[in-house]
Amino acid sequence: MNDEPMYSGNDYKVTLEVFEGPLDLLLYLIRKEELNIYDIPIERITRQYMEYLSMMRMLDLNVAGEFLVMAATLMMIKSRMLLPPEERSETTEEEETEDPRWDLVRRLVEYKKFKDVARRLEELERERCEVFTRAEDPLPSPASAPTVSLHDVSLFDLLTAFQRALERIGPEDLGEIFAERYTVGEKIDQLLSILADRDQISLSELVAGMRSRHEVVVTFLALLELIRLQQLRAVQEQPFGEIWISRAVVEPTTVES
Amino acid sequence: MSDVPVLPELTEIVGAILLVSRQPVTVDRLVQVFKQTAERMGGAAKDYVAVTAADIEAAIEQLARQLDMARAGWRVVRVAQGYRIESLAACGPWLRVFLERGRPQRLSAPALETLAIIAYRQPVTRAEIEAVRGVAVDQILRNLLDLQLIRVVGRSELPGRPWLFGTTQKFLEYFGLNSLDELPGVDELRRGADATAKTPTPSATPPAPTPAEEPVHESGTTAAAD
Repeated sequence: MNDEPMYSGNDYKVTLEVFEGPLDLLLYLIRKEELNIYDIPIERITRQYMEYLSMMRMLDLNVAGEFLVMAATLMMIKSRMLLPPEERSETTEEEETEDPRWDLVRRLVEYKKFKDVARRLEELERERCEVFTRAEDPLPSPASAPTVSLHDVSLFDLLTAFQRALERIGPEDLGEIFAERYTVGEKIDQLLSILADRDQISLSELVAGMRSRHEVVVTFLALLELIRLQQLRAVQEQPFGEIWISRAVVEPTTVES
Repeated sequence: MSDVPVLPELTEIVGAILLVSRQPVTVDRLVQVFKQTAERMGGAAKDYVAVTAADIEAAIEQLARQLDMARAGWRVVRVAQGYRIESLAACGPWLRVFLERGRPQRLSAPALETLAIIAYRQPVTRAEIEAVRGVAVDQILRNLLDLQLIRVVGRSELPGRPWLFGTTQKFLEYFGLNSLDELPGVDELRRGADATAKTPTPSATPPAPTPAEEPVHESGTTAAAD
């Protein structure tokens, strides 16, 4: 599979920092596939993990090195699972026939607890957003605000949609070597003009007419960039459901007086 | 200067102070105010020289009830170990228009997760946070510091004397919490629970509703050192 970034070098450079880590991706996949966290089918999860990793590289996202470390860890677990239990142990006898997945499971379970309470904090935050006091703004919007990332949809949800779009296109026809070149800049303009005419568009509709992987990749880069710039919003009504793109609501600053 | 003509009720004075304060006001501070005012003004203000914390708590309670009955659109709440006046959440949409506030700035999921780890495990080093999240957090930490939701609370005795991070009073105010004890699920996630989890105990093993057929060994290794 071609993992090279597919936009041309002199085009708009998208730099989306990814603050999610490999554990986030694994938990996302476990939830998406409704897997038992204590009995992860390691072969399947490794395959999926590698697919998402490859998509992130295709989009040239700023992916942390930890993703590669985890890929290696998954490979190692997978190979150890193939060994009969009595031959697994490589270091101490205490570990004996320990399930090779156990260490990873423990990390996932611990992190998941924090993710769960983070969601509770988010609920509190949402409630607090409706409450005002004499104090200054609750959060003085910092000059650099990369904490405000893809808010309403996780990066992995977008990647899932991306994957579906690529699957639909299927393998690239080699005869199509003279394929049109798209640039991120053009796609940004196109997205903005589509949403100037209508309130929202579903992601699947957006990519429905596209026939080349290149166009899908460039469209996603444009989309990610516009979300990062807070021009567009991506919203998902239910977990793993359709993603809707709309203009980010810019509150009118003019006051009728 | 001039004497106070009619002595206001305790609830009125407390209410007025809460109204003008930009931060939660502690009961201790209110006690102090009554004492200082009596000393400075003399006269009728002296009647309140011996106001106690219990008197003030009672006055605030009464004020809260009165506001509730008056349907005033604002109320007194206890937050971050003090009291403050705030608008009712139901009035939020109108206030946002009035104040010309856009979509409220909210924290991203990775930022909230990092914040959760700090809140429950404080004081905590960056390496410890990263061990839980499995990814670097320096950029997020910088942002949370900028937002004053966390602060450096000291340095660890570990090699390299890394910074220790903890949450701020503003963190409590931001989430409307009175103290860290009000954090959801605090007992399970606090540092103490962590310490027991590091030595193999049954409680550190899966709280799975239906234990997987694949046995998860309870004699797991101690927490990964990497």
